[in-house]
Amino acid sequence: MNRSGDRNKAESKSCAASSDAQHDQGAFTVSPLQAGPPCCVPEPLICVEGLSLDYGSKRVLEDVSLTINRGCITALIGPSGCGKTSFLSSLNRLTDLVPSCHIEGSIKIGPLDVRSSSTDVTALRLQVGMISQKPNPFPLSIRRNIELPLREQGMRDRRQRNEVVESVLYDTGLWDEVKDRLDAPALSLSGGQQQRLCIARALALRPQVLLLDEPCSALDPIATEVVEKLITGFGGHLTVVVVTHNLAQARRISDYAAFFWMKNGTGQLVEYGPSNQIFEAPQDALTDAYINGKSG
Amino acid sequence: MIDTMHQPLHRSNSRFQNHVATVIVWLMACLVSSVFIWLLGDILWHGIGQLSWSFLTEPPRNAGRAGGIGPIIVSTMLILTVCMAAALPLGVGTAVFLAEFTSLENLFGRMVRRSLDVLAGVPSIVFGLFGNAFFCIYLGMGFSILSGGLTLACMVLPILIRSTEEGLRSVPNEYRLGAAALGMSRTTTLIHLLLPAAMPGLIVGLVLGVGRAIAETAALIFTSGYVDRMPSSLMDSGRSLSIHIFDLSMNVAGGDPNAYASAVILIAMLIVINFVASWTANRWLHRRLFTI
Repeated sequence: MNRSGDRNKAESKSCAASSDAQHDQGAFTVSPLQAGPPCCVPEPLICVEGLSLDYGSKRVLEDVSLTINRGCITALIGPSGCGKTSFLSSLNRLTDLVPSCHIEGSIKIGPLDVRSSSTDVTALRLQVGMISQKPNPFPLSIRRNIELPLREQGMRDRRQRNEVVESVLYDTGLWDEVKDRLDAPALSLSGGQQQRLCIARALALRPQVLLLDEPCSALDPIATEVVEKLITGFGGHLTVVVVTHNLAQARRISDYAAFFWMKNGTGQLVEYGPSNQIFEAPQDALTDAYINGKSG
Repeated sequence: MIDTMHQPLHRSNSRFQNHVATVIVWLMACLVSSVFIWLLGDILWHGIGQLSWSFLTEPPRNAGRAGGIGPIIVSTMLILTVCMAAALPLGVGTAVFLAEFTSLENLFGRMVRRSLDVLAGVPSIVFGLFGNAFFCIYLGMGFSILSGGLTLACMVLPILIRSTEEGLRSVPNEYRLGAAALGMSRTTTLIHLLLPAAMPGLIVGLVLGVGRAIAETAALIFTSGYVDRMPSSLMDSGRSLSIHIFDLSMNVAGGDPNAYASAVILIAMLIVINFVASWTANRWLHRRLFTI
Protein backbone atom coordinates (compact mmCIF):
# COMPACT_ATOMS: atom_id res chain seq x y z
CA MET A 1 0.00 0.00 0.00
CA ASN A 2 1.31 3.46 -0.68
CA ARG A 3 1.61 5.88 2.14
CA SER A 4 0.96 9.40 1.01
CA GLY A 5 2.84 12.41 2.30
CA ASP A 6 0.04 14.03 4.22
CA ARG A 7 -0.22 11.16 6.62
CA ASN A 8 1.85 13.18 9.03
CA LYS A 9 -1.22 14.38 10.88
CA ALA A 10 -2.45 10.89 11.53
CA GLU A 11 1.03 9.77 12.39
CA SER A 12 1.57 12.44 14.95
CA LYS A 13 -1.80 11.61 16.47
CA SER A 14 -1.07 7.96 16.95
CA CYS A 15 2.47 8.59 18.04
CA ALA A 16 1.21 10.99 20.65
CA ALA A 17 -1.23 8.36 21.79
CA SER A 18 1.53 5.84 22.21
CA SER A 19 3.79 8.19 24.13
CA ASP A 20 0.87 9.05 26.40
CA ALA A 21 0.48 5.40 26.94
CA GLN A 22 4.05 5.04 28.07
CA HIS A 23 3.32 7.46 30.89
CA ASP A 24 0.57 5.44 32.46
CA GLN A 25 2.06 2.05 31.87
CA GLY A 26 1.57 1.41 35.56
CA ALA A 27 -2.17 1.39 35.11
CA PHE A 28 -2.32 -0.49 31.86
CA THR A 29 0.26 -3.21 32.08
CA VAL A 30 1.49 -3.94 28.62
CA SER A 31 3.05 -7.31 28.07
CA PRO A 32 6.06 -7.41 25.73
CA LEU A 33 3.88 -8.99 23.07
CA GLN A 34 1.37 -6.16 23.14
CA ALA A 35 3.82 -3.32 22.96
CA GLY A 36 4.36 -3.28 19.25
CA PRO A 37 5.94 -0.39 17.48
CA PRO A 38 3.68 2.61 16.98
CA CYS A 39 1.98 2.56 13.66
CA CYS A 40 4.20 5.21 12.15
CA VAL A 41 6.39 2.26 11.27
CA PRO A 42 3.99 -0.21 9.67
CA GLU A 43 4.70 -3.77 10.69
CA PRO A 44 2.29 -6.37 9.35
CA LEU A 45 0.60 -8.42 12.06
CA ILE A 46 -2.51 -9.90 10.52
CA CYS A 47 -2.15 -11.20 6.98
CA VAL A 48 -5.32 -12.30 5.26
CA GLU A 49 -5.02 -13.81 1.82
CA GLY A 50 -7.74 -14.88 -0.57
CA LEU A 51 -10.36 -15.17 2.16
CA SER A 52 -13.76 -16.36 0.99
CA LEU A 53 -16.57 -17.11 3.36
CA ASP A 54 -19.88 -18.90 2.78
CA TYR A 55 -22.90 -19.48 4.98
CA GLY A 56 -24.39 -22.64 3.55
CA SER A 57 -24.65 -21.94 -0.16
CA LYS A 58 -24.61 -18.18 0.22
CA ARG A 59 -21.25 -16.57 -0.43
CA VAL A 60 -20.73 -13.62 1.89
CA LEU A 61 -17.13 -12.68 1.24
CA GLU A 62 -15.11 -13.21 -1.90
CA ASP A 63 -11.34 -13.21 -2.17
CA VAL A 64 -10.39 -10.67 0.48
CA SER A 65 -6.68 -9.98 0.92
CA LEU A 66 -5.64 -7.52 3.55
CA THR A 67 -2.63 -6.82 5.75
CA ILE A 68 -3.32 -5.21 9.10
CA ASN A 69 -0.46 -3.46 10.83
CA ARG A 70 0.58 -3.96 14.41
CA GLY A 71 -0.44 -1.27 16.85
CA CYS A 72 -2.69 0.50 14.35
CA ILE A 73 -6.40 1.13 14.33
CA THR A 74 -7.94 -0.23 11.17
CA ALA A 75 -11.53 0.66 10.35
CA LEU A 76 -13.71 -1.54 8.15
CA ILE A 77 -16.37 0.52 6.43
CA GLY A 78 -19.09 -0.28 3.96
CA PRO A 79 -22.83 -0.91 3.79
CA SER A 80 -24.63 -3.52 5.93
CA GLY A 81 -24.49 -7.09 4.74
CA CYS A 82 -21.22 -6.89 2.87
CA GLY A 83 -19.43 -9.25 5.22
CA LYS A 84 -17.51 -6.94 7.54
CA THR A 85 -18.68 -8.70 10.67
CA SER A 86 -18.07 -12.10 9.13
CA PHE A 87 -14.57 -11.00 8.24
CA LEU A 88 -14.02 -9.87 11.81
CA SER A 89 -15.27 -13.06 13.40
CA SER A 90 -13.20 -15.19 11.07
CA LEU A 91 -10.09 -13.58 12.59
CA ASN A 92 -10.69 -15.22 15.97
CA ARG A 93 -12.55 -18.20 14.56
CA LEU A 94 -15.81 -17.26 16.19
CA THR A 95 -17.22 -18.41 12.85
CA ASP A 96 -16.58 -21.95 14.13
CA LEU A 97 -19.72 -21.55 16.20
CA VAL A 98 -21.82 -21.18 13.06
CA PRO A 99 -22.23 -24.74 11.78
CA SER A 100 -22.98 -23.78 8.17
CA CYS A 101 -20.01 -21.44 7.85
CA HIS A 102 -17.28 -22.40 5.44
CA ILE A 103 -14.03 -20.50 4.96
CA GLU A 104 -11.33 -20.62 2.31
CA GLY A 105 -8.04 -18.75 2.14
CA SER A 106 -5.37 -18.11 4.71
CA ILE A 107 -5.35 -15.97 7.83
CA LYS A 108 -2.11 -15.47 9.71
CA ILE A 109 -1.68 -13.49 12.90
CA GLY A 110 2.03 -13.04 13.38
CA PRO A 111 3.52 -16.50 12.92
CA LEU A 112 0.27 -18.20 13.90
CA ASP A 113 -1.87 -19.84 11.24
CA VAL A 114 -5.41 -19.10 12.43
CA ARG A 115 -7.14 -21.62 10.22
CA SER A 116 -4.85 -24.55 10.94
CA SER A 117 -6.59 -27.38 12.75
CA SER A 118 -3.72 -27.59 15.23
CA THR A 119 -4.34 -24.02 16.40
CA ASP A 120 -5.58 -23.84 19.96
CA VAL A 121 -8.79 -21.85 19.50
CA THR A 122 -8.97 -20.81 23.13
CA ALA A 123 -5.42 -19.45 23.06
CA LEU A 124 -6.23 -17.66 19.82
CA ARG A 125 -9.31 -16.02 21.29
CA LEU A 126 -7.36 -14.94 24.34
CA GLN A 127 -4.92 -13.16 22.02
CA VAL A 128 -7.62 -11.80 19.76
CA GLY A 129 -10.40 -10.27 21.81
CA MET A 130 -13.75 -9.32 20.35
CA ILE A 131 -16.39 -6.79 21.32
CA SER A 132 -19.82 -7.26 19.85
CA GLN A 133 -22.19 -4.71 18.45
CA LYS A 134 -24.72 -4.97 21.24
CA PRO A 135 -23.14 -4.76 24.70
CA ASN A 136 -23.32 -8.31 26.04
CA PRO A 137 -22.25 -8.34 29.67
CA PHE A 138 -23.15 -11.59 31.38
CA PRO A 139 -26.06 -11.45 33.83
CA LEU A 140 -23.59 -11.47 36.70
CA SER A 141 -22.10 -8.80 38.93
CA ILE A 142 -19.72 -6.22 37.45
CA ARG A 143 -16.77 -7.77 39.22
CA ARG A 144 -17.69 -11.31 38.26
CA ASN A 145 -18.01 -10.36 34.59
CA ILE A 146 -14.30 -9.63 34.58
CA GLU A 147 -13.30 -12.34 37.02
CA LEU A 148 -14.99 -15.26 35.35
CA PRO A 149 -12.71 -15.42 32.28
CA LEU A 150 -9.69 -14.78 34.51
CA ARG A 151 -10.58 -17.67 36.78
CA GLU A 152 -11.00 -19.80 33.70
CA GLN A 153 -7.39 -18.97 32.85
CA GLY A 154 -6.34 -20.27 36.23
CA MET A 155 -5.97 -17.02 38.15
CA ARG A 156 -6.96 -18.41 41.55
CA ASP A 157 -5.59 -15.67 43.75
CA ARG A 158 -8.38 -13.32 44.67
CA ARG A 159 -6.05 -10.40 45.38
CA GLN A 160 -4.40 -10.74 42.01
CA ARG A 161 -7.82 -10.85 40.32
CA ASN A 162 -8.94 -7.76 42.21
CA GLU A 163 -5.87 -5.91 40.96
CA VAL A 164 -6.68 -6.82 37.37
CA VAL A 165 -10.33 -5.84 37.83
CA GLU A 166 -9.31 -2.49 39.22
CA SER A 167 -6.73 -1.81 36.54
CA VAL A 168 -8.95 -2.65 33.57
CA LEU A 169 -11.87 -0.72 35.00
CA TYR A 170 -9.50 2.18 35.51
CA ASP A 171 -8.27 1.91 31.92
CA THR A 172 -11.78 1.97 30.56
CA GLY A 173 -12.69 4.95 32.74
CA LEU A 174 -15.28 2.93 34.62
CA TRP A 175 -13.49 2.74 37.95
CA ASP A 176 -14.77 6.00 39.37
CA GLU A 177 -18.26 5.24 38.16
CA VAL A 178 -18.56 1.72 39.59
CA LYS A 179 -15.98 1.37 42.36
CA ASP A 180 -18.65 1.51 45.05
CA ARG A 181 -20.90 -1.04 43.41
CA LEU A 182 -18.67 -3.71 41.95
CA ASP A 183 -21.10 -6.35 43.17
CA ALA A 184 -24.13 -4.77 41.53
CA PRO A 185 -25.52 -6.56 38.49
CA ALA A 186 -23.73 -5.59 35.29
CA LEU A 187 -27.07 -5.26 33.53
CA SER A 188 -27.93 -2.32 35.80
CA LEU A 189 -25.26 -0.24 34.05
CA SER A 190 -26.12 2.12 31.22
CA GLY A 191 -25.51 1.02 27.63
CA GLY A 192 -22.24 2.91 27.30
CA GLN A 193 -20.99 1.61 30.62
CA GLN A 194 -21.96 -1.93 29.64
CA GLN A 195 -19.97 -1.62 26.43
CA ARG A 196 -16.96 -0.30 28.34
CA LEU A 197 -17.34 -3.18 30.78
CA CYS A 198 -17.21 -5.58 27.83
CA ILE A 199 -14.05 -3.87 26.63
CA ALA A 200 -12.59 -4.05 30.14
CA ARG A 201 -13.46 -7.74 30.29
CA ALA A 202 -11.61 -8.34 27.05
CA LEU A 203 -8.63 -6.22 28.14
CA ALA A 204 -8.29 -8.22 31.35
CA LEU A 205 -7.10 -11.14 29.24
CA ARG A 206 -4.37 -8.93 27.74
CA PRO A 207 -5.10 -9.53 24.08
CA GLN A 208 -2.75 -8.47 21.30
CA VAL A 209 -5.55 -7.74 18.92
CA LEU A 210 -8.96 -6.28 19.67
CA LEU A 211 -11.80 -6.71 17.20
CA LEU A 212 -14.69 -4.29 17.64
CA ASP A 213 -17.92 -4.86 15.76
CA GLU A 214 -19.72 -1.52 15.57
CA PRO A 215 -18.98 -0.86 19.23
CA CYS A 216 -20.88 2.41 19.30
CA SER A 217 -23.93 1.62 17.21
CA ALA A 218 -26.14 1.05 20.27
CA LEU A 219 -24.82 4.05 22.20
CA ASP A 220 -25.80 7.69 22.46
CA PRO A 221 -23.38 10.40 21.22
CA ILE A 222 -21.83 11.06 24.63
CA ALA A 223 -21.20 7.40 25.39
CA THR A 224 -19.91 7.06 21.83
CA GLU A 225 -17.39 9.79 22.45
CA VAL A 226 -16.15 8.07 25.60
CA VAL A 227 -15.76 4.72 23.85
CA GLU A 228 -14.13 6.41 20.87
CA LYS A 229 -11.56 8.07 23.12
CA LEU A 230 -10.91 4.70 24.69
CA ILE A 231 -10.31 3.10 21.30
CA THR A 232 -8.03 5.91 20.17
CA GLY A 233 -6.04 5.35 23.35
CA PHE A 234 -5.33 1.77 22.25
CA GLY A 235 -3.25 3.03 19.31
CA GLY A 236 0.28 1.77 19.79
CA HIS A 237 -0.72 -0.72 22.50
CA LEU A 238 -3.08 -2.95 20.67
CA THR A 239 -3.85 -3.82 17.13
CA VAL A 240 -7.45 -2.71 16.72
CA VAL A 241 -9.83 -3.66 13.93
CA VAL A 242 -13.10 -1.81 14.16
CA VAL A 243 -16.20 -2.15 12.03
CA THR A 244 -18.20 1.03 11.88
CA HIS A 245 -21.03 2.52 9.89
CA ASN A 246 -20.19 5.95 11.12
CA LEU A 247 -17.85 7.41 8.50
CA ALA A 248 -17.02 10.43 10.60
CA GLN A 249 -16.05 8.09 13.39
CA ALA A 250 -13.89 5.98 11.10
CA ARG A 251 -12.16 9.11 9.90
CA ARG A 252 -11.57 10.32 13.47
CA ILE A 253 -10.20 7.17 15.03
CA SER A 254 -8.58 5.06 12.34
CA ASP A 255 -5.05 4.93 10.95
CA TYR A 256 -6.06 2.64 8.11
CA ALA A 257 -9.40 2.02 6.50
CA ALA A 258 -10.75 -0.81 4.38
CA PHE A 259 -13.80 -0.28 2.25
CA PHE A 260 -16.08 -3.27 1.59
CA TRP A 261 -18.83 -3.27 -1.02
CA MET A 262 -21.38 -5.72 -2.40
CA LYS A 263 -20.53 -6.86 -5.90
CA ASN A 264 -22.89 -9.36 -7.51
CA GLY A 265 -24.38 -10.20 -4.13
CA THR A 266 -21.12 -10.98 -2.36
CA GLY A 267 -19.01 -8.73 -0.20
CA GLN A 268 -15.62 -7.72 -1.56
CA LEU A 269 -12.79 -5.53 -0.45
CA VAL A 270 -12.70 -2.53 -2.76
CA GLU A 271 -10.01 -0.36 -1.34
CA TYR A 272 -7.61 -0.44 1.55
CA GLY A 273 -5.07 2.13 2.63
CA PRO A 274 -4.18 4.83 5.12
CA SER A 275 -7.29 6.58 6.38
CA ASN A 276 -6.49 10.00 5.08
CA GLN A 277 -5.97 8.57 1.62
CA ILE A 278 -9.25 6.64 1.74
CA PHE A 279 -11.20 9.59 3.05
CA GLU A 280 -9.56 12.41 1.17
CA ALA A 281 -8.25 10.95 -2.07
CA PRO A 282 -9.96 7.59 -2.70
CA GLN A 283 -8.58 5.73 -5.70
CA ASP A 284 -11.73 3.80 -6.49
CA ALA A 285 -14.87 5.44 -7.86
CA LEU A 286 -17.05 3.28 -5.56
CA THR A 287 -15.16 4.40 -2.47
CA ASP A 288 -15.44 8.00 -3.59
CA ALA A 289 -19.19 7.65 -4.06
CA TYR A 290 -19.66 5.98 -0.67
CA ILE A 291 -17.45 8.35 1.30
CA ASN A 292 -19.09 11.39 -0.20
CA GLY A 293 -22.58 10.08 0.31
CA LYS A 294 -23.42 9.51 -3.33
CA SER A 295 -24.24 5.83 -2.81
CA GLY A 296 -24.75 3.30 -0.03
CA MET B 1 -59.37 5.49 -2.99
CA ILE B 2 -61.18 5.16 0.30
CA ASP B 3 -63.95 7.63 0.76
CA THR B 4 -63.55 8.28 4.47
CA MET B 5 -66.38 10.79 4.64
CA HIS B 6 -68.92 8.09 4.01
CA GLN B 7 -67.47 5.53 6.40
CA PRO B 8 -69.88 5.30 9.35
CA LEU B 9 -68.24 6.11 12.67
CA HIS B 10 -70.50 3.76 14.64
CA ARG B 11 -71.58 0.41 13.41
CA SER B 12 -74.09 -0.90 15.90
CA ASN B 13 -73.77 -4.40 14.52
CA SER B 14 -70.08 -4.77 15.32
CA ARG B 15 -70.57 -3.16 18.73
CA PHE B 16 -73.17 -5.74 19.59
CA GLN B 17 -70.82 -8.49 18.48
CA ASN B 18 -68.09 -7.08 20.70
CA HIS B 19 -70.40 -7.08 23.71
CA VAL B 20 -71.46 -10.66 23.11
CA ALA B 21 -67.86 -11.77 22.74
CA THR B 22 -66.85 -10.01 25.95
CA VAL B 23 -69.69 -11.60 27.89
CA ILE B 24 -68.89 -15.07 26.54
CA VAL B 25 -65.20 -14.81 27.36
CA TRP B 26 -65.97 -13.60 30.89
CA LEU B 27 -68.46 -16.41 31.39
CA MET B 28 -65.91 -19.01 30.34
CA ALA B 29 -63.28 -17.64 32.70
CA CYS B 30 -65.75 -17.50 35.60
CA LEU B 31 -66.92 -21.04 34.91
CA VAL B 32 -63.37 -22.39 34.95
CA SER B 33 -62.39 -20.59 38.12
CA SER B 34 -65.63 -21.51 39.85
CA VAL B 35 -64.94 -25.19 39.24
CA PHE B 36 -61.55 -24.77 40.88
CA ILE B 37 -62.94 -22.76 43.79
CA TRP B 38 -65.78 -25.22 44.32
CA LEU B 39 -63.35 -28.14 44.36
CA LEU B 40 -60.97 -26.43 46.78
CA GLY B 41 -63.84 -25.20 48.95
CA ASP B 42 -65.37 -28.66 49.13
CA ILE B 43 -62.10 -30.22 50.23
CA LEU B 44 -61.41 -27.52 52.79
CA TRP B 45 -65.02 -27.57 54.11
CA HIS B 46 -64.95 -31.30 54.73
CA GLY B 47 -61.31 -31.71 55.59
CA ILE B 48 -60.17 -28.82 57.68
CA GLY B 49 -62.14 -29.92 60.74
CA GLN B 50 -60.14 -33.15 61.11
CA LEU B 51 -56.76 -31.45 61.01
CA SER B 52 -54.70 -31.43 64.16
CA TRP B 53 -51.13 -31.97 65.16
CA SER B 54 -51.85 -35.57 66.10
CA PHE B 55 -53.43 -36.19 62.68
CA LEU B 56 -50.11 -35.19 61.09
CA THR B 57 -47.95 -37.34 63.34
CA GLU B 58 -49.92 -40.42 64.41
CA PRO B 59 -50.10 -43.65 62.42
CA PRO B 60 -53.49 -44.56 60.93
CA ARG B 61 -55.75 -46.81 63.00
CA ASN B 62 -58.77 -48.90 62.06
CA ALA B 63 -57.76 -48.97 58.35
CA GLY B 64 -57.40 -45.19 58.33
CA ARG B 65 -60.82 -44.30 59.76
CA ALA B 66 -59.12 -43.08 62.90
CA GLY B 67 -55.62 -41.96 63.77
CA GLY B 68 -53.42 -39.84 61.56
CA ILE B 69 -51.27 -39.99 58.47
CA GLY B 70 -47.73 -39.60 59.91
CA PRO B 71 -46.12 -42.61 58.17
CA ILE B 72 -47.91 -41.76 54.94
CA ILE B 73 -46.45 -38.25 54.84
CA VAL B 74 -43.00 -39.72 55.48
CA SER B 75 -43.43 -42.31 52.69
CA THR B 76 -44.66 -39.64 50.29
CA MET B 77 -41.66 -37.44 50.98
CA LEU B 78 -39.29 -40.38 50.58
CA ILE B 79 -40.83 -41.37 47.25
CA LEU B 80 -40.58 -37.79 46.04
CA THR B 81 -36.95 -37.55 47.17
CA VAL B 82 -36.00 -40.74 45.33
CA CYS B 83 -37.89 -39.54 42.26
CA MET B 84 -36.15 -36.16 42.16
CA ALA B 85 -32.72 -37.54 43.03
CA ALA B 86 -32.99 -39.82 39.99
CA ALA B 87 -34.79 -37.45 37.63
CA LEU B 88 -32.84 -34.22 38.16
CA PRO B 89 -29.35 -35.31 37.05
CA LEU B 90 -30.72 -37.43 34.20
CA GLY B 91 -33.12 -34.72 33.11
CA VAL B 92 -30.69 -31.81 33.23
CA GLY B 93 -28.02 -33.90 31.49
CA THR B 94 -30.35 -34.86 28.66
CA ALA B 95 -31.65 -31.32 28.34
CA VAL B 96 -28.10 -29.98 28.07
CA PHE B 97 -27.36 -32.58 25.41
CA LEU B 98 -30.47 -31.67 23.44
CA ALA B 99 -30.09 -27.90 23.71
CA GLU B 100 -26.33 -27.39 23.58
CA PHE B 101 -24.82 -30.37 21.80
CA THR B 102 -27.32 -31.08 19.04
CA SER B 103 -29.06 -28.78 16.62
CA LEU B 104 -32.83 -28.82 16.22
CA GLU B 105 -32.45 -30.72 12.93
CA ASN B 106 -30.10 -33.37 14.27
CA LEU B 107 -31.60 -36.83 13.66
CA PHE B 108 -30.68 -38.35 17.01
CA GLY B 109 -31.85 -35.24 18.86
CA ARG B 110 -35.14 -35.36 16.99
CA MET B 111 -35.59 -39.02 17.88
CA VAL B 112 -34.93 -38.33 21.56
CA ARG B 113 -37.35 -35.41 21.53
CA ARG B 114 -40.06 -37.40 19.77
CA SER B 115 -39.73 -40.32 22.18
CA LEU B 116 -39.94 -37.94 25.13
CA ASP B 117 -43.15 -36.47 23.74
CA VAL B 118 -44.62 -39.94 23.40
CA LEU B 119 -43.44 -40.81 26.90
CA ALA B 120 -45.09 -37.68 28.29
CA GLY B 121 -48.43 -38.87 26.92
CA VAL B 122 -48.24 -42.45 28.22
CA PRO B 123 -50.95 -43.16 30.83
CA SER B 124 -49.60 -43.56 34.32
CA ILE B 125 -51.05 -47.03 34.71
CA VAL B 126 -48.68 -48.14 31.94
CA PHE B 127 -45.77 -46.65 33.84
CA GLY B 128 -47.01 -48.57 36.87
CA LEU B 129 -46.98 -51.87 34.98
CA PHE B 130 -43.54 -51.10 33.55
CA GLY B 131 -42.22 -50.17 36.99
CA ASN B 132 -43.64 -53.32 38.46
CA ALA B 133 -42.13 -55.52 35.77
CA PHE B 134 -38.76 -53.78 35.64
CA PHE B 135 -37.92 -52.36 39.07
CA CYS B 136 -39.97 -54.65 41.36
CA ILE B 137 -39.52 -57.98 39.60
CA TYR B 138 -36.61 -57.79 37.13
CA LEU B 139 -34.28 -55.72 39.35
CA GLY B 140 -35.68 -57.45 42.44
CA MET B 141 -36.51 -54.32 44.39
CA GLY B 142 -39.95 -55.63 45.30
CA PHE B 143 -42.77 -53.35 46.41
CA SER B 144 -40.63 -50.57 47.80
CA ILE B 145 -40.30 -46.83 48.05
CA LEU B 146 -37.25 -47.15 45.81
CA SER B 147 -39.14 -48.81 42.95
CA GLY B 148 -42.00 -46.31 43.38
CA GLY B 149 -39.65 -43.32 43.28
CA LEU B 150 -37.78 -44.62 40.24
CA THR B 151 -41.02 -45.31 38.37
CA LEU B 152 -42.15 -41.78 39.11
CA ALA B 153 -38.77 -40.50 37.89
CA CYS B 154 -39.44 -42.14 34.50
CA MET B 155 -42.80 -40.39 34.41
CA VAL B 156 -41.43 -36.99 35.38
CA LEU B 157 -38.40 -37.05 33.06
CA PRO B 158 -40.15 -35.92 29.84
CA ILE B 159 -41.64 -32.81 31.48
CA LEU B 160 -38.39 -31.96 33.22
CA ILE B 161 -36.25 -32.42 30.12
CA ARG B 162 -38.48 -30.49 27.76
CA SER B 163 -38.89 -27.47 30.01
CA THR B 164 -35.18 -27.35 30.90
CA GLU B 165 -34.35 -27.62 27.20
CA GLU B 166 -36.71 -24.75 26.43
CA GLY B 167 -35.07 -22.77 29.23
CA LEU B 168 -31.62 -23.36 27.78
CA ARG B 169 -32.74 -22.53 24.25
CA SER B 170 -34.20 -19.24 25.41
CA VAL B 171 -30.83 -18.07 26.76
CA PRO B 172 -29.62 -15.42 24.28
CA ASN B 173 -26.91 -16.65 21.94
CA GLU B 174 -24.86 -13.55 22.75
CA TYR B 175 -23.84 -15.14 26.04
CA ARG B 176 -22.42 -18.16 24.23
CA LEU B 177 -20.62 -16.01 21.65
CA GLY B 178 -19.36 -13.61 24.31
CA ALA B 179 -18.08 -16.44 26.46
CA ALA B 180 -16.39 -18.10 23.48
CA ALA B 181 -14.76 -14.81 22.51
CA LEU B 182 -13.34 -14.61 26.03
CA GLY B 183 -11.75 -18.03 25.68
CA MET B 184 -14.13 -19.69 28.12
CA SER B 185 -14.69 -23.41 27.81
CA ARG B 186 -18.05 -24.92 27.08
CA THR B 187 -18.28 -26.42 30.55
CA THR B 188 -17.61 -23.13 32.33
CA THR B 189 -20.09 -21.36 30.09
CA LEU B 190 -22.68 -23.99 30.85
CA ILE B 191 -22.20 -24.05 34.61
CA HIS B 192 -21.69 -20.35 35.23
CA LEU B 193 -23.87 -18.75 32.58
CA LEU B 194 -26.30 -20.99 30.75
CA LEU B 195 -27.69 -23.13 33.58
CA PRO B 196 -28.30 -20.19 35.94
CA ALA B 197 -29.97 -18.34 33.08
CA ALA B 198 -32.07 -21.42 32.27
CA MET B 199 -33.06 -21.84 35.91
CA PRO B 200 -36.62 -20.51 35.46
CA GLY B 201 -37.31 -23.21 32.87
CA LEU B 202 -35.83 -25.87 35.09
CA ILE B 203 -37.94 -24.73 38.03
CA VAL B 204 -41.11 -24.83 35.95
CA GLY B 205 -40.26 -28.39 34.91
CA LEU B 206 -39.46 -29.34 38.47
CA VAL B 207 -42.69 -27.92 39.84
CA LEU B 208 -44.79 -29.56 37.13
CA GLY B 209 -42.91 -32.82 37.68
CA VAL B 210 -43.38 -32.77 41.43
CA GLY B 211 -47.02 -31.96 40.89
CA ARG B 212 -47.43 -34.94 38.64
CA ALA B 213 -45.45 -37.21 40.95
CA ILE B 214 -47.21 -36.24 44.16
CA ALA B 215 -50.62 -36.70 42.58
CA GLU B 216 -49.77 -40.10 41.19
CA THR B 217 -51.81 -43.08 42.28
CA ALA B 218 -51.96 -45.64 39.53
CA ALA B 219 -48.22 -45.97 38.97
CA LEU B 220 -47.54 -46.32 42.69
CA ILE B 221 -50.11 -49.01 43.49
CA PHE B 222 -48.00 -51.46 41.48
CA THR B 223 -44.61 -50.29 42.67
CA SER B 224 -44.45 -48.78 46.14
CA GLY B 225 -47.41 -50.68 47.47
CA TYR B 226 -50.08 -50.21 50.07
CA VAL B 227 -48.45 -50.70 53.45
CA ASP B 228 -49.30 -47.87 55.84
CA ARG B 229 -46.60 -48.55 58.45
CA MET B 230 -43.72 -46.14 59.03
CA PRO B 231 -41.04 -47.14 56.50
CA SER B 232 -37.69 -48.06 58.03
CA SER B 233 -35.71 -47.99 54.79
CA LEU B 234 -36.09 -47.24 51.09
CA MET B 235 -36.60 -50.94 50.48
CA ASP B 236 -39.78 -50.92 52.58
CA SER B 237 -43.15 -50.62 51.00
CA GLY B 238 -44.80 -47.27 51.68
CA ARG B 239 -48.19 -45.77 50.99
CA SER B 240 -48.27 -42.36 49.37
CA LEU B 241 -50.85 -39.72 50.22
CA SER B 242 -52.76 -40.07 46.98
CA ILE B 243 -53.04 -43.85 47.41
CA HIS B 244 -54.22 -43.28 50.98
CA ILE B 245 -56.94 -40.95 49.72
CA PHE B 246 -57.95 -43.43 47.03
CA ASP B 247 -58.06 -46.29 49.54
CA LEU B 248 -60.02 -44.37 52.16
CA SER B 249 -62.65 -43.14 49.76
CA MET B 250 -63.03 -46.33 47.71
CA ASN B 251 -62.32 -49.28 49.97
CA VAL B 252 -62.97 -48.11 53.52
CA ALA B 253 -66.52 -47.35 54.54
CA GLY B 254 -66.54 -44.31 56.81
CA GLY B 255 -63.11 -43.18 55.67
CA ASP B 256 -64.31 -40.07 53.88
CA PRO B 257 -63.54 -37.48 56.61
CA ASN B 258 -59.94 -38.60 56.84
CA ALA B 259 -59.73 -38.81 53.03
CA TYR B 260 -60.73 -35.14 52.86
CA ALA B 261 -58.24 -34.22 55.55
CA SER B 262 -55.47 -36.05 53.66
CA ALA B 263 -56.44 -34.19 50.50
CA VAL B 264 -56.01 -30.89 52.34
CA ILE B 265 -52.53 -31.99 53.40
CA LEU B 266 -51.71 -33.10 49.84
CA ILE B 267 -52.68 -29.72 48.41
CA ALA B 268 -50.83 -27.90 51.18
CA MET B 269 -47.72 -29.97 50.46
CA LEU B 270 -47.93 -29.14 46.78
CA ILE B 271 -48.17 -25.42 47.52
CA VAL B 272 -45.29 -25.56 49.99
CA ILE B 273 -43.07 -27.48 47.55
CA ASN B 274 -43.79 -24.99 44.75
CA PHE B 275 -43.00 -22.12 47.05
CA VAL B 276 -39.79 -23.66 48.37
CA ALA B 277 -38.61 -24.56 44.86
CA SER B 278 -39.00 -21.06 43.49
CA TRP B 279 -37.57 -19.52 46.65
CA THR B 280 -34.43 -21.68 46.64
CA ALA B 281 -33.98 -21.10 42.93
CA ASN B 282 -34.12 -17.36 43.49
CA ARG B 283 -31.69 -17.61 46.38
CA TRP B 284 -29.37 -19.77 44.32
CA LEU B 285 -29.54 -17.43 41.39
CA HIS B 286 -28.93 -14.50 43.67
CA ARG B 287 -25.83 -16.12 45.14
CA ARG B 288 -24.55 -17.03 41.67
CA LEU B 289 -25.07 -13.48 40.51
CA PHE B 290 -23.51 -11.59 43.33
CA THR B 291 -20.70 -13.67 44.73
CA ILE B 292 -17.94 -15.67 43.24
